[in-house]
Amino acid sequence: MSTVTLNAHAPTGPIADRWDEHRFSVKLVNPNNRRKFTVLVVGTGLAGAAAAASLAQLGYQVKVFTFHDSPRRAHSIAAQGGINAAKNYKNDGDSIHRLFYDTIKGGDFRARESNVYRLAQVSVNIIDQCVAQGVPFAREYGGLLDNRSFGGAQVSRTFYARGQTGQQLLLGAYQALMQQVGLGRVEMHTKTEMLDVVTKDGQACGIVVRDLATGEITSFNGHAVLLCTGGYSNAFYLSTNAMNCNATAAWRAHKRGAAFANPCYTQIHPTCIPANDEFQSKLTLMSESLRNDGRIWVPKSPDDTRPPHQIPEDERDYYLERIYPSFGNLAPRDVSSRAAKRMVDAGHGIGPLQNGVYLDFADAIGRLGEQVVKERYGNLFDMYQRITDENPYQVPMRIYPAPHYTMGGLWVDYNLQTTVPGLYALGEANFSDHGANRLGASALMQGLADGYFVIPTTISDGLAPLLGSPPVPLDDPVFAQTEQEVRDDISRWLSVGGTRSVDHYHRELGKIVWDYCGMGRNRTGLEKALSEIPALRAEFETNVRVTGRADEVNQNLEKVQRVADFFELGELMCRDALHREESCGGHFREEYQTDEGEAQRNDEDFCYVGAWEWKGPDTPQALHREPLEFEYVQLTQRSYK
Amino acid sequence: MKLTLKIWRQEGPRAEGRFESYEVPNVNEEMSFLEMLDGLNERLVEDGQEPITFDSDCREGICGTCGITIDGKPHGPWPGAATCQLHMRAFSDGDVITLEPWRAAGFPVMKDLMVDRTAFDTIVEAGGYISVDTGAAPDANEIPVPKPVADAAMDAAACIGCGACVAACPNSAAQLFTSAKLAHLNLLPQGQAERFRRTEDMVETMETFFGSCTNYGFCQEACPKEIPIDFIALMNRDYLKAKLKNRKLAGRQG
Amino acid sequence: MTYVDGAHRWCDRTEAARLTTTQHPPGSQGASGAPSPVNRRAKRTTFPLVDLYQTAVGKKWVMAVTGIALMGFVFAHMFGNLKLYQGPEDLDKYAAGLKTLGDPILPNSMVVWLLRVGLLVVFALHIHSAYSLTMMNRRSNGAGGGTRRDTIAANFAARTMRWTGIIVAAFLVWHLADFTWGWSFVNPDYQYGAVYDNVVASFSRPAVAIAYVVANLALGVHLYHGSWSIFQSLGSMSPRFNPRRNPLRRGFALAFTAAVVLPNISFPIAVQLGIIG
Repeated sequence: MSTVTLNAHAPTGPIADRWDEHRFSVKLVNPNNRRKFTVLVVGTGLAGAAAAASLAQLGYQVKVFTFHDSPRRAHSIAAQGGINAAKNYKNDGDSIHRLFYDTIKGGDFRARESNVYRLAQVSVNIIDQCVAQGVPFAREYGGLLDNRSFGGAQVSRTFYARGQTGQQLLLGAYQALMQQVGLGRVEMHTKTEMLDVVTKDGQACGIVVRDLATGEITSFNGHAVLLCTGGYSNAFYLSTNAMNCNATAAWRAHKRGAAFANPCYTQIHPTCIPANDEFQSKLTLMSESLRNDGRIWVPKSPDDTRPPHQIPEDERDYYLERIYPSFGNLAPRDVSSRAAKRMVDAGHGIGPLQNGVYLDFADAIGRLGEQVVKERYGNLFDMYQRITDENPYQVPMRIYPAPHYTMGGLWVDYNLQTTVPGLYALGEANFSDHGANRLGASALMQGLADGYFVIPTTISDGLAPLLGSPPVPLDDPVFAQTEQEVRDDISRWLSVGGTRSVDHYHRELGKIVWDYCGMGRNRTGLEKALSEIPALRAEFETNVRVTGRADEVNQNLEKVQRVADFFELGELMCRDALHREESCGGHFREEYQTDEGEAQRNDEDFCYVGAWEWKGPDTPQALHREPLEFEYVQLTQRSYK
Repeated sequence: MKLTLKIWRQEGPRAEGRFESYEVPNVNEEMSFLEMLDGLNERLVEDGQEPITFDSDCREGICGTCGITIDGKPHGPWPGAATCQLHMRAFSDGDVITLEPWRAAGFPVMKDLMVDRTAFDTIVEAGGYISVDTGAAPDANEIPVPKPVADAAMDAAACIGCGACVAACPNSAAQLFTSAKLAHLNLLPQGQAERFRRTEDMVETMETFFGSCTNYGFCQEACPKEIPIDFIALMNRDYLKAKLKNRKLAGRQG
Repeated sequence: MTYVDGAHRWCDRTEAARLTTTQHPPGSQGASGAPSPVNRRAKRTTFPLVDLYQTAVGKKWVMAVTGIALMGFVFAHMFGNLKLYQGPEDLDKYAAGLKTLGDPILPNSMVVWLLRVGLLVVFALHIHSAYSLTMMNRRSNGAGGGTRRDTIAANFAARTMRWTGIIVAAFLVWHLADFTWGWSFVNPDYQYGAVYDNVVASFSRPAVAIAYVVANLALGVHLYHGSWSIFQSLGSMSPRFNPRRNPLRRGFALAFTAAVVLPNISFPIAVQLGIIG
């Protein structure tokens, strides 16, 4: 029997009025009654910190959980580029409708119109809010906010704070959150990792957490649970995500009934520093802006091992300029990523491990002079040199694509509620706004929109009917039972007593997911992955070694549970990728491409959100479809020639 | 290359700590420092020994999670870099490297090289914010902020809260951290309303955990974001004003 | 770990009961590993200066202000003593003149006594703030058990402030016994009012001359960091006095130190070389 029904609760009517109408129609909670509700917020990135602070300001009792030692360390902090908002401060034709359209089109027509329009609407409020909080956005000499264009957009709508926009926005939200902690309205639990969602009668009523300092397993109850726990790029092992980013909270929620939507939509960023050795722990992203002046090439001969400056001009293949003459080196992220992969796969890769392509600034330096190049990219060049010990003013940079964002996530309705009532997902943890591909500078916008403006409005619709009923008490057997399951899981991992480290299996898993469910996917590969992953998981479950005890700081114990979830999630990514017999955005099925090698959508059969329902550990998930209807945009083929 | 690591091992907050030596062969100079430790840990686990507990997350020098005192220097020998940005080419074959946690009474050791920096959150909680409830903000361009002011605020706001300034200071003072947060907010027009109360509250909370400034300047040398001690001077001045100024009139002068 | 509410109290939900009954020594950890405060929190008072002095930042301000007063004193003291080179009459007349400052409006010696009391208070505050900050820093410092911190960044003067301060204070007592109180075991030839002769008599003994030179070098080291440091403690944000690019600030510290110390050490040397006396 299926328990999942996908009702998006998306309002109808003129798109510009939908959010207004919805705000009017949601049930409200009287200010005096708000303190009777407890909301549990898991994760303190942009979405989590913003939601927790805003809900506490409204008067709800908020409890916040993060596995970091401080809420300020969430990985939102590493975002570099900027945040989009339809302010039209530049008078260059931007509008809410244009941001809406760009986001839908950028997502290759696989996102819900109502959600995306709302995102564009609240984007302007985000900038106001952040400026008032003291976020030091870049300014012009007149003292007004500066904008830049980003990710190929035709308007300048990106607000930025040097190369640290994510950091500054997160600090703004973190400070607002800490103020509420100081006022006693938020109870903060740092170094506390959520390991399960507790449900009773199909409704989320609490969470089970592990105190990472003492190892203690406890439960918290509440009227609503908000998962703001980020994406799952670390399923690839090597990604630009932080070491501790994981999908455990979202995945455990999935296993408790929350549908997981579009897991195959993952974004690969084209300009990252390639791996140097097999011990590489993560990849570092270099801002996409480098492609404005750098030229990408590989040697024409596959076995050319000469240093770059000895390779004469006519033996170089500037393949992006050759294949995409009009966009050239500025081809979109997914297109240029795939082109780089094709070159490396064909043996043209450069660098000691033959795993990169050149990004060459020699022409730009010749044309503009070293000083101008330094002004534009000096900090990036310094960062590159620190990591690789190569001077990009003299030697071309080596770059290669790397996973860095996941558009898929927990399925949510217009209220950001998952298929489990009382359980919400915000930010990268949900699937909602980016479709199959995210535009640059939109992740920060979505996280903050969900946290500051959407959830504070929509949550009351779920809470209002619960007025008068206290949360499920902690002595209810559902809590003891869920806690016991978590404890059993932990003891099981500690007692495996195998021979290989957790990292070893994570690396092996990552290789499979990357090879078969990375930039290019095909039926054979995905079927192969679907047989290799379970086999590797079986070995992992019997041969992994976790040292230490459960009642102390034990980083391997934390890791083994996260990797176990990545195994299951990696499998679902492949299953989703296999079922989606089209190419769209970050999902590129090699069987489905145009003659020119572009992604070929199949709007007839696949214009829907694929949401997967957990069916137990030994049964494949069941697919549910939420059809996508487009009333305000025309479905078109993207072309960048 | 081959290295010897002398690493501080401490089982828990209450346990006695000690240095233990580890031989690390086959270190590649392309590795980052933390990848070298990852490799050592993997070997330790597969040998059935307790791996070394250390904090790290983003590994690109922005989250502020990592922090190891390497040969007496917080974040190691490279200026303007966090531990995670340090690469093994900073060392040479045969080196003996000492690894310790941040040392400060306000940062108790949790395990091995991991310390508890919650005191920093408590300082921010005391006033490191601008009170503006969600939705209450005026248009972003309503208050112009002169570019030099926005730039100076950004210089201060670049702090990643890693705690290297405390670890570097012989007095275990957190003045650089606190003053950077204060400068970020106190310089901006948006932060003026709460400026003096914020300064008082944050400084006095800071002093319950950390020592005083002796103007050594170790902190700015250790800071991975190279935040200057100028901000400490600004904090001192604002603190004095907070104590001596008539707040009813303070708003007039900004 | 868990922390709750705005009163800066720390609590662990599981062992909250134990925590309320168990006192943790400063700097140790609560059951959850959350730190308990290391230093006592200042209580706010209605007297702004008292309020200010309770905190470390306030004490540094007091140290800086008293430091400026003491710099003024050592400079004036040095300047007056230059009259050694003009001969006994001028110096003795200057010394006697100090006592009649304010004459004829104020009674004899009143100004000099006010100055002395003021200096005493300033000294007491300078030393007390230094002492209590040192104690605070010891509580806050968790270096025990580890290796020494790398101390290349700070200069010698900064690191030795406490020692040079103690040397100067000890020297001061000797100096007062030598020339003001005229204790016979310090200066057997002391004669009340005969400043020039007293100085020459004292500085003629090589051990005393060397002690004066050494003490003044310690004073110089102390002054050098102190006169650099006051800008910081008082919160000077003038770009010319920026501590990173600080030619003016270093220059001021160096010039002031030299202006005080060089003449001061010239006196015993001049006596020893027979230029004076």
